[in-house]
Amino acid sequence: MKGIVILSHAKEIAVGVLRLLEEVAKDVPITISGGLEDGSIGTSFDLIKAAIESNPATELYAFYDLGSAKINCEMVMEVVDKQVTILDVPLIEGSYITAALLQTGVDDDVIQANLAPLQVK
Amino acid sequence: MLNKDNALVWIATFADAVIAKKEFLSDLDAPIGDGDHGFNMARGLAAVKEALVATPPQTLTDVFKTVAMQLLSKVGGASGPLYSSAFLAMIKAIDNKETLTNEEVADMLQAGLDSVKMRGKAEVGEKTMIDLWTPAIKALREGQLNDSVIDQFVEATAPIKATKGRASYLGDRSIGHIDPGSYSSGIFFKAMLQSGVLG
Repeated sequence: MKGIVILSHAKEIAVGVLRLLEEVAKDVPITISGGLEDGSIGTSFDLIKAAIESNPATELYAFYDLGSAKINCEMVMEVVDKQVTILDVPLIEGSYITAALLQTGVDDDVIQANLAPLQVK
Repeated sequence: MLNKDNALVWIATFADAVIAKKEFLSDLDAPIGDGDHGFNMARGLAAVKEALVATPPQTLTDVFKTVAMQLLSKVGGASGPLYSSAFLAMIKAIDNKETLTNEEVADMLQAGLDSVKMRGKAEVGEKTMIDLWTPAIKALREGQLNDSVIDQFVEATAPIKATKGRASYLGDRSIGHIDPGSYSSGIFFKAMLQSGVLG
């Protein structure tokens, strides 16, 4: 099973993106990490690790807002036992397209082809 | 000769200096970043101090392991995983030894620097902590490292245009500001000099 993780510096962004994605992908496992434990802005290794581990999928597409979320995610990827692919695309558009495609059950190459034109980071 | 005891002094000195300068460090970050470098590092290093007291390390490796894990968990910005990956690579370089010569310390720091470059996908000249670590390690190998040259290395980051990290979003407007990560790294190298790790 394939799933999605949303990594943002702000809890509200992560929660908002999750709500948006659920509109098109009710069967896709999506977990989030937004902000720090105390609700302030930032990214936390522990919360990202929890988001990846708690996702029932074993293959995950990770979308992030700013660079330090990516660096933290790369650290987590070295200690978790899941296949995580970080996509360097805009958080909202990229995750929305991926969620919609996963809901239809397409393969990875279709997702990658649809995300390719969005590469910005 | 680096050992467990002066490593603890090194880390405590680093932590106290960053905590004392946290507002200044965050002010440096404000014009070119998100204004939180000092607060983030101070939070992480306060957690390091607590953890070192709560579970006194038995070995030199344990000292840096505690630092790496606390900074990774508690900092909250890019500097957390970057410093953390430096310490993790330094642990590997220590290779379970209990004492390190000056040359071995330089090799250890070089391993840390290489890890930061890999993790941040950055090189010299992009206005990051790499611009402090690189000349500082070189000066250390040449026996020329002192507070004054560290200050010069920090100042030398001001004219650089940022091409990595949050400051890179500002392009030319990043020119003229000291890189906060280089400043905190300068504190780290000064703390090493103060702690008697060398010689």
